[in-house]
Amino acid sequence: MQTSQVAAPQDLIATHDIPPARRAAGKWLITLATLALAAIVLFQILYAAGQTETGFANWRPVLYAYLAWGVALGVGQVMIRGEGGKRALFVLPAILFTVAVVIFPTIAGLYIAFTDWNLASFEGRSFNGLANFWALMNDGYFWNALRNMGFYVLAVLLQYAIAFGLALLLNAEIRARKFFRVAFLMPFMLSPVAVGWMVGKSLMEYRFGPAATLARHLGWESPAFFASPWIARFSIMAMDAWVWIPFVMILLLAGLQALPKEIMEAAKVDGANGWRSFWQIVFPLMLPVSITAIIIRVIFQLKLADIVITVTSGGPGGSTDTVSSFIFREYRDRSNVGYGTMVAEFYFILIALFIALLLWGSSRWMKRVTG
Amino acid sequence: MATSMKAQNAMAPRYQAYREPPSELVSNSKRIAGKVAIYTLLILWTFIALFPIYWTITTSFKVAVDVTQGHMIPWYDYTPDWRGWRSIGLSPDTIFSTSTVREEFMKRFLNSAIMSIGASLLAVILGSLAAYGLVRFDYKFAIWRNRDISFFFLSQLILPPVVLAMPFLVLYKELALLDTRIGLIVVYTLMVLPIVIWIMRDQFRGIPVELEQAALVDGCSTWGAFMRIVLPISLPGMVAAFILSVVLCWNEYFFAALLTSTNANTLPVMVASQTGSQGINWWSMAALSTAAIAPLAIVGIFLERYIVKGLTAGAVK
Repeated sequence: MQTSQVAAPQDLIATHDIPPARRAAGKWLITLATLALAAIVLFQILYAAGQTETGFANWRPVLYAYLAWGVALGVGQVMIRGEGGKRALFVLPAILFTVAVVIFPTIAGLYIAFTDWNLASFEGRSFNGLANFWALMNDGYFWNALRNMGFYVLAVLLQYAIAFGLALLLNAEIRARKFFRVAFLMPFMLSPVAVGWMVGKSLMEYRFGPAATLARHLGWESPAFFASPWIARFSIMAMDAWVWIPFVMILLLAGLQALPKEIMEAAKVDGANGWRSFWQIVFPLMLPVSITAIIIRVIFQLKLADIVITVTSGGPGGSTDTVSSFIFREYRDRSNVGYGTMVAEFYFILIALFIALLLWGSSRWMKRVTG
Repeated sequence: MATSMKAQNAMAPRYQAYREPPSELVSNSKRIAGKVAIYTLLILWTFIALFPIYWTITTSFKVAVDVTQGHMIPWYDYTPDWRGWRSIGLSPDTIFSTSTVREEFMKRFLNSAIMSIGASLLAVILGSLAAYGLVRFDYKFAIWRNRDISFFFLSQLILPPVVLAMPFLVLYKELALLDTRIGLIVVYTLMVLPIVIWIMRDQFRGIPVELEQAALVDGCSTWGAFMRIVLPISLPGMVAAFILSVVLCWNEYFFAALLTSTNANTLPVMVASQTGSQGINWWSMAALSTAAIAPLAIVGIFLERYIVKGLTAGAVK
């Protein structure tokens, strides 16, 4: 994948050119910085555990120590490895950042997941082993939310179909394409929370909302968009589609514009009509872009929460609940930190497996289709 | 194609004698029908995409009667009123007087702006450097090679916010970062970093290696070549990544709702807290929503090019 490489002239001399003293100094610097970081962490751990009297009021100094350690590591790399170290400096900040912000919380999260920590209770946290896990296995609300996620993910296919249609429209010979493109993209720019009010709470409002009024005119006598399970689910899906269709559409439009013009012309000369030329030429050529768009969209869909939280809070009867909004309520309303974290970790493992499977399956399928 | 069609039409009368009129007519009417269908669909979807925005903006100028009677068109079936804007202190007659709601709103607005811009800047700096390194050099950290490092970064995209939310809450409590701007900036940076790396990797791949080689031969260091040659060329990609990041951070709700309480609240949290109460006035809610979405709507209109560029980077080969 990454094979391009700048063959720098100083490459060849890089590692031989560094005096041993400098290399030793670099190694010392890194060792000392690591020891200092470890000492500060240990110092604070002992204080936090109540073993020693002196310590910092919070863990902030440890954060500063980590930053200083990162700088020392970078400088040490350059001192030891010269050019190679300078190259490592490109990627080192991002790695240190991501490791710090993902690894530590993940470890903390795994610990929390196995405790019975509830912010509302006075006892504080205590280890309770797999109790959260067994509770999760028997929690109907969680499995219900997971089932809803299945529906929401399936809705992505519908969004894809509509987005493809719109992309084809925008790719046709039209005037004011720029205007239509800006107009079509607009919903994507809006915050889902604001959309929750704009569409869910006012446009679809039972008494005065224009959507409800329109539905009454069309013969639906009591247009309650969030009262019965399936209608509520469709309403959430519609709002979600409204926000995300532009995203898929932009990707597909870029794909359409990248198609070789000659093929399209050849199809026209051949006399293939629109429908046939679409299914036999455009659609197969668009498969790679389509699969990328759908996979990215599914990844985002699995995080769906904002709209559900602001519009229905998962109701009626949990029929619009997503796993994220379920966990949100677990944290927010019940302060059930231990259990909520267990659900989150379990969900994460599920979607990691699901996406791995999706990637693997789609790449295999692509190979078979394209030969 | 459009011009060729026009030319055809212009030529049509001259060569009419050589063609068979009926088939020409049929294909012309067919073409016109196709055009009509395309424009009808385009306008229909424009309506779907823009009506909620139109509805929100107009509702912010309504009073109770206009809402209950379903009036839609200002000056035609109702007279616009500043009531909604007055309630958040942003109408012409209240803009210079003190208003607690406006102060609250401005505080949230400023928070949102600082955090989304700060996080996007940090992500673009970290992400561009990492992406450049991953595209140009071969790394080996222990058993980790470029492919693994790239995967490590991009896989963060899958991580749902719920997984990190509680651990962050606990960690931030210990670090005294709860309810601070810097705390949320860190979280947002993490959230958009994979996207920035994805966009910038695509951007740097498009730059020919020879440019840097020439710079290196001329005596530039690796970093000198990056700063002087690569950075200016890849600026449009960085702008695209930056703007897309700002959009995502501005709209983020989940972390903001859990990790902030009074100081570092963002606009979406304010909007959500207002929608929670059932009896809220439509006009003030509409005014608040309009004010909250306005900056991004403007970004969408004027910087659409960059957003499209950012979204499509790497997805289309």
